[in-house]
Amino acid sequence: MRAASARAVLRRADWCMADTVLFELLHTEMVAELWAPDPDPGPGGQKTSLSVLESMGFRVGQALGERLPQETLGFREELEVLKFLCKDLWVAVFHKQMDSLRTNHQGTYVLQDNSFPLLVPMASGRQYVEEAPKFLAFTCGLLCGALGTLGFQSLVTASVTALPACKFQVVIRKP
Amino acid sequence: MSRPVPRRPEYHKINRDLLVLTYGALVAQLCKDYEKDEDVNKYLDKMGYGIGTRLVEDFLARSCVRRCHSYSEITHIIAEMNVLFPLPPTCPVTGRDCVDAPAFATAPFIHIFQASSHKNQPQVLLILLQSQQVAFKMYLGVTPSVTCNNSSKNEFSLILDKNPLSEFVEELPAGRSSLCYCNLLCGIIRGALEMVHLAVDVMFLQDRLKGDSVTEIGITFLKQPEKKKYRRRK
Repeated sequence: MRAASARAVLRRADWCMADTVLFELLHTEMVAELWAPDPDPGPGGQKTSLSVLESMGFRVGQALGERLPQETLGFREELEVLKFLCKDLWVAVFHKQMDSLRTNHQGTYVLQDNSFPLLVPMASGRQYVEEAPKFLAFTCGLLCGALGTLGFQSLVTASVTALPACKFQVVIRKP
Repeated sequence: MSRPVPRRPEYHKINRDLLVLTYGALVAQLCKDYEKDEDVNKYLDKMGYGIGTRLVEDFLARSCVRRCHSYSEITHIIAEMNVLFPLPPTCPVTGRDCVDAPAFATAPFIHIFQASSHKNQPQVLLILLQSQQVAFKMYLGVTPSVTCNNSSKNEFSLILDKNPLSEFVEELPAGRSSLCYCNLLCGIIRGALEMVHLAVDVMFLQDRLKGDSVTEIGITFLKQPEKKKYRRRK
């Protein structure tokens, strides 16, 4: 089964582990430095800053996707791919599975993570909800990039109502 | 009564490729934003500094910090840590003997040497460098070798055979010959040591990406200006 072999690849020892703290701090520093509110915010001002982080995440997602074995790149069904992201990719990257996946079976998927590792150290509850989106931009890009390598064009957005839970909305674009 | 702090999950590991690829994307973005290599290097150092000042807290928290009242207590804790993070006795690349010391140390000694007036004593600095070996192992999964570069024993080097952050980089981009790709590490070391009240100069002495055989990070401990003692006038 393709999914099983992909899982085996992701778990093998070659995928060395590093400490999550260093990545968390690097990510926080990137958000602090690369997300700077535009002094003259035009209508697209804030969006531009977020998209720098998204494009970086996209590159990383693509690169991670390229390191998957060839069999996985042959996934045909959308749902199979999204399940792969939620279970295997999320485990490989964040050491935990996505908590829930919902879909309307028309190309829109909502992935929910109840304790997203990059939000866990920040706060618990409704504090900093306005600040949270910039900490999710990189990961949205990552999901988008990984989906791209797997053959699906998508638009990924994130929303937070109470930290550290967050939802990623994935809309698969039809060719 | 203080509120109990919510416990973090036990020392999460993530895929190292994620860290390495993210770092690569960061350097690529900075190269787009800044034309001069010196500016990119400076920016990486600044970001590293910010990371280092916070990373050291995590390191101290995880290195069984207790206030030690004697060197024998320190030796005992060192022995415990030695079991968790064993280090090689000689540098696998240059063959140079790694700096001779009873064992490597971690945070506990910092309490003693902060109180001591002999902060810059060579033995203490040696032990400090070896705690950095532990930190590299903890956070990046590699152990650098430590060597001492001068007879006054305030210049040391960390030698990395394999630099994990540049694992996927074959060569520096064209026109970027003086880019210090891993300058973030220099900033991290500088920031971390500043939080334990040590001023240092950190720079790359050798870089595999520039054609050298190893990656060598040089650390120079700067002398702190002595505090003047004021006498009370009778």
